Amino acid sequence: MGVTGGGVGRFVKRLFTKDETKDDERSRPPSDSNALAADAGQSGPEEAKGVIARLRERLARTRDGLVGRVEALLGRKVALDDEFFEELEAILLQADVGVKATARLLRGLEARAAGARPGGGANDLINHLKEEVLEMLGPREPLRKTPSGATVIMVVGVNGTGKTTTVGKLGYRFRREGSKVILGASDTFRAAAIEQLEIWGERAGADVIRHEEGGDPGAVAYDACQAAKARRADYVILDTAGRLHTRVNLMEELKKVRRVVEREIPGAPHEVLLVLDATSGQNAIAQARTFKDAVEVTGIALTKLDGTAKGGVVLAIREELGIPVKLVGIGEGLEDLRDFDPVEFAEALFAR
Amino acid sequence: MFENLTARLQETFRRLRGKGKLSERDVDEALREVRIALLEADVNFKVVRDFIARVRERACGQEVMASLTPGQQVIKIVNSELTELMGGRESKIQYSPKPPTVIMLVGLQGSGKTTTAAKLANLLKRQGKHPLLVASDTRRPAAIRQLQVLGEKVGVDVVATREGDDAVRVAKQGVARAAAIGRDVVIIDTAGRLHIDDELMDELARMKGEVNPSEVLLVVDAMTGQDAVNVAGTFNERLGLSGIILTKLDGDARGGAALSARAVTGRPIKFVGVGEKVESLEPFHPDRMASRILGMGDVLSLIEKAEAAYDEAKARKLAEKIRSNEFTLEDFADQLRQMRKIGPLDEILSMIPGLGRIRGLSDLKVDEGQLKRVEAIVNSMTLEERRNPAIIDGSRRKRIARGSGTRIQDVNSVLRQFEQVRDMLRQFGGAEKAARRAMRKGAFPFVK
Ligand SMILES: Nc1nc2c(ncn2[C@@H]2O[C@H](COP(=O)(O)OP(=O)(O)OP(=O)(O)O)[C@@H](O)[C@H]2O)c(=O)[nH]1
Ligand SMILES: [Mg+2]
Repeated sequence: MGVTGGGVGRFVKRLFTKDETKDDERSRPPSDSNALAADAGQSGPEEAKGVIARLRERLARTRDGLVGRVEALLGRKVALDDEFFEELEAILLQADVGVKATARLLRGLEARAAGARPGGGANDLINHLKEEVLEMLGPREPLRKTPSGATVIMVVGVNGTGKTTTVGKLGYRFRREGSKVILGASDTFRAAAIEQLEIWGERAGADVIRHEEGGDPGAVAYDACQAAKARRADYVILDTAGRLHTRVNLMEELKKVRRVVEREIPGAPHEVLLVLDATSGQNAIAQARTFKDAVEVTGIALTKLDGTAKGGVVLAIREELGIPVKLVGIGEGLEDLRDFDPVEFAEALFAR
Repeated sequence: MFENLTARLQETFRRLRGKGKLSERDVDEALREVRIALLEADVNFKVVRDFIARVRERACGQEVMASLTPGQQVIKIVNSELTELMGGRESKIQYSPKPPTVIMLVGLQGSGKTTTAAKLANLLKRQGKHPLLVASDTRRPAAIRQLQVLGEKVGVDVVATREGDDAVRVAKQGVARAAAIGRDVVIIDTAGRLHIDDELMDELARMKGEVNPSEVLLVVDAMTGQDAVNVAGTFNERLGLSGIILTKLDGDARGGAALSARAVTGRPIKFVGVGEKVESLEPFHPDRMASRILGMGDVLSLIEKAEAAYDEAKARKLAEKIRSNEFTLEDFADQLRQMRKIGPLDEILSMIPGLGRIRGLSDLKVDEGQLKRVEAIVNSMTLEERRNPAIIDGSRRKRIARGSGTRIQDVNSVLRQFEQVRDMLRQFGGAEKAARRAMRKGAFPFVK
């Protein structure tokens, strides 16, 4: 047992049962916005580099960050005690992993820690934690493609998450692979949403099927499917209007769009991508649940990972709802779309 | 989520039964739930930590109000601290003494700036102002067009150039134009940008230098998670924000980002967006936001109501009466009046944490009509009758029924109920405590 088991056991029992205020911080009044602001700015604005370079750098720093901190802990001869676990807890919570998933992850470490060599277990534990995260995330899942005919991808989500941009980027990707792509402007609601998609269509070199603003999104989907059959397109990507998952009639509208697609092209939609903003917090779980129930979401596109948000909420979504992340958005450009890489994601989760 | 928290709080309240001063244990137990609630509501980890520390400091050793349980007392402190931290109701625009007043809307991509610009224009127009919209988002495809469409919808002119133009120049042109045509407010929509994008943050800083805005409002999505502190902190450092607008509050997000952004910037939340329509911009209510974040609005309103209706002196007297077996119809009527002050019984019962656990009380249906009848009957009795119900014979019953507009059966049943209550109170024992508990929990038989 030794220090290790006792410390961890105690910690896990007290998990979320105490506040972690260190003495020096407690004397600081919470209204002191400067203290927080200074903290928040600690990571500092990064130099204006290409987004990809920036992302790569961040991923590289990842390892330093965590290992560095672990070494610092070991260097100070700190055992796997409360402080160590509180640090892990802080990292996970601040990555939007959420209270429940964080508790589950840390609880999973308890048994490990109890059996670990005293003093030498920190690295083992970190690695184990990453493995747990990887296990939660599941393997890489590429986008599905039908062997014959048009593959239909529906893109859905709440307002402003990056649906239209993702549709444009995806269209560009498929075009570059030599496919024929049709974009369907089923967001007939938001002002200028159709024009926005048309600009993306132009950039990507994809045809855009559109109606007038205020038109029927299902009818647009129908026309897009017809056009795909007539023009022998390989892909149909449907942009839909942003909608809060709590709006029942708008979710019904989305179901209708799905039904139209199902009817027009057997086996379609092949993918229903829920676009989630990496900056979003725990509400994303409710979003994912409701969208899944409504239109059978098959995967997540996690956007805006080029910011400082970690998008940790996808862990809970994967675990509770079984929806894998398939794509990540890392910028506003045509090429800023990547396949999801669980290992990179797990590393970045622990980076500061 | 909500059920979870209520259930957990019930558990906490049940455990915390002591009276007197709040012990550290009381406080910690309740604060544990509060901490989880805040984190689940997406309040930033560090903001939660500071907040909990502050509440603990304030709560420990505090006198527990007679009307509340220790758990409720802690929640009350939490709520008042939270409301305070949320700031006042400052849903006002700071106008420049030298019109036009310039308002810049800034924020991350997709937070809702363009829609909010139109909503704000609409609101100010209704308040008698003459706003002008400026499309300085020259980056996002069709952002200009979006603002133009919305501007038309709200009947406000939009100054715009072409996509790709210099955003700062457009902003300057917009302000100049407003001055030229006599518009008193200029609302500038800017492109969404990451707080770590130096180049684009510089652009905003330059814009601010050029157009000298009275307001620089950060538009924050209510669904934002932990990163809200980084975003709001950096925008504030770089631009000196004057306030915050919280969008997409019409969903079910608990909106902890509001607290994070407020705590890190110290700036007031001025408006909230509650829908996609151009009218859906509302003033900010710190108290409502506090209970939304806590996810325990009903518990809080119960605490308030219990406090308002509770009369310490009366409770002591009542306890004394129970102890000496002197609980009369008069006290009974008194109780009724207290309860009517608190509100409809159904509501009260549903609000009381832990009540569900007491002998299946949760299944009981409250009959408001009957409650009124009972009150009328007791009011029709003479003082003597209320003090000594034994004297109420057949003819008195008839008179009371006539006086209260009820039937003799009704009078009979009230008398029976009174006896039941009296017996129940006796059984409670522990006099004072029981009386308090009974008062608090509405332990009366106007439920069936
Ligand atoms: N930094 C960054 N910005 C992004 C990313 N994806 C999208 N955006 C930006 O986010 C904003 C909103 O994107 P849209 O594609 O219009 O989002 P949407 O979900 O279609 O919005 P609605 O249709 O209005 O609900 C735009 O300014 C995009 O440029 C990303 O991966 N990183
Ligand atoms: Mg869109």
